[in-house]
Amino acid sequence: MHQTQINRLEAIALNVREHIIKMSTDGGCFVGASLSAADLIVYLYSEFLNVNAGNLNDSNRDYLFLSKGHDVPALYGTFAELGLLEKERLQNHLSLNDNIYWHPNTKIPGIEFHSGSLGHLPSVAIGVAMDIKIRGGNNKVICVMGDGELNEGTCWEAALVANAYKLDNLIFVIDRNHFQANMATEDLLPLEPLHDKFTAFGAAVKRINGHDFEALHEAFSAYPFEAGKVNVVIADTVRGKGLPSIERRADRWFCNFNAQEVDSLLKELHGEHATQLTSETLVVR
Amino acid sequence: MTYEELLTETALNDDSFIVMTAENRALVRNIPAKLGNRFIDTGITEQTMIGAAAGLALRGRIPVVHALASFLSMRAFEFIRTDAGIPKLPVKLSSFIPGFLSDGNGPTHQALEDIALMCGIPNMTVFAPADEDDLVKMLPQVWKHPNPSYVRINTRKTDYVHAPFEWGKAEIVSIGEDVTILTYGLLFEQALIAAEVLKSEGLSVGLINMRSLKPVDERAILEATRESRLTITLEDHFQTGGLYSIVATVLLKHGLTANVLPIALNERWFKPSLLPNVLQHEGFTGKQVAERILGYKTFFTQPKMAVPEFSE
Repeated sequence: MHQTQINRLEAIALNVREHIIKMSTDGGCFVGASLSAADLIVYLYSEFLNVNAGNLNDSNRDYLFLSKGHDVPALYGTFAELGLLEKERLQNHLSLNDNIYWHPNTKIPGIEFHSGSLGHLPSVAIGVAMDIKIRGGNNKVICVMGDGELNEGTCWEAALVANAYKLDNLIFVIDRNHFQANMATEDLLPLEPLHDKFTAFGAAVKRINGHDFEALHEAFSAYPFEAGKVNVVIADTVRGKGLPSIERRADRWFCNFNAQEVDSLLKELHGEHATQLTSETLVVR
Repeated sequence: MTYEELLTETALNDDSFIVMTAENRALVRNIPAKLGNRFIDTGITEQTMIGAAAGLALRGRIPVVHALASFLSMRAFEFIRTDAGIPKLPVKLSSFIPGFLSDGNGPTHQALEDIALMCGIPNMTVFAPADEDDLVKMLPQVWKHPNPSYVRINTRKTDYVHAPFEWGKAEIVSIGEDVTILTYGLLFEQALIAAEVLKSEGLSVGLINMRSLKPVDERAILEATRESRLTITLEDHFQTGGLYSIVATVLLKHGLTANVLPIALNERWFKPSLLPNVLQHEGFTGKQVAERILGYKTFFTQPKMAVPEFSE
């Protein structure tokens, strides 16, 4: 991948992170999970998926299903940067006059399916991938899952079914930020060795740094990874990536920052200084 | 025409149909060979099957999905509600061995709350045919409708020839001045027997097949409860959330009350055995229903009932 391309993606991702931080006030949002997924989502929509404002209803478009749901500010931020959503609408977060809230919904063009209940969209994505296979299409189907989401048994049911039906047009992308709602994943239900688990389920697996555009590009350029095998990308990420004051902190999951904190976090994003946070994490789960 | 013949013909004539099962093939044995890749067996994964059905429906397909009633309505409930109900996708649920039809399986398999659960999902439509004739008469309309649907599959063969199916309408066999029985599903067969017994005892008897439970035929309920001194709700469902509750809701909505006797499973599961034994043990044979209404024993002989084929 050319350096100018990487610079372009990094600039978009920086803007997306700004959008996320601006959405983390006046009610707040799941800021940590959004920041971990931001680079992934920016890469996929900018470089990999055949999705644009002109083809959202075209049956030959690619599909991305955001199963973890909490990271939807990263998706809306990306939509805004890529021209799928008016940037001004991001200010309507949680407003009754719009449909931008904590979980994805199809009233926003480009959102393929609503989510929020974990472990659902792997199977919905399977249905779409199956139909594409039946029709002999070439569209790609991505389902982004959280690592905490992998606690849900239906994710593993889906892995069994995707393997049985040889859905090599389907990519499960795991945002492996190593945290779930309240704690590190390995302190609750350990997931490692995750690569081996998916391999044992019959998937073709790649594990990469989910914040490295070059690594993302190398992995996704190899699609389909292996004929007849469902693709899995485990993207190692950092919860809260870009804001050292909240990175890798179990208590910074859902955040509702005050206006001064948002200003300070925006400066922190640009490398100025760490923010003194006084707002407490809201416990939503 | 059998259920399988109808489904095969429908799917062969319209390639938007996909037949799915969570490894419950009793109703669709011959379909894999006929439909090829439009037959999908997801294995024993009711939840994943429903999610995948929603994905197929997103792409313009009409998935007709098969699973045992208790696992479909309960194990997969949240998937049905969230993935088919919220987006109003035409996922067509074929629910096998509901109610007493699970006969010898035991309480794990007794779907006695499925109607309550499914009626509670916005956009869902709910049907309970009396027998195979009733089933094949309703399915073409149910499958063509844009909403998701839940059908209590009942492939029992009887001699009764049903009226054509009308969306949201009950089949009014008769209205009686003394008593009218509202029922659905396999108990329609017993209600016919009960009506004969009651008539032979000199009563004016009505009988209504509540084949469409959502949307429900409010007018039929109002007519029965206005014109009959006593209304019976007869159902193989828990007393809570089934036909008795639906009737209560309709009456209250119209500011009315009525003399209604529920015959249902009140806060209990039923004793597992073969179907004729279950009906006898639980007091749901036509003769027993009639005698409960009359308040005395009769000399009527309950006809022998065919045991369902072993299917799972």
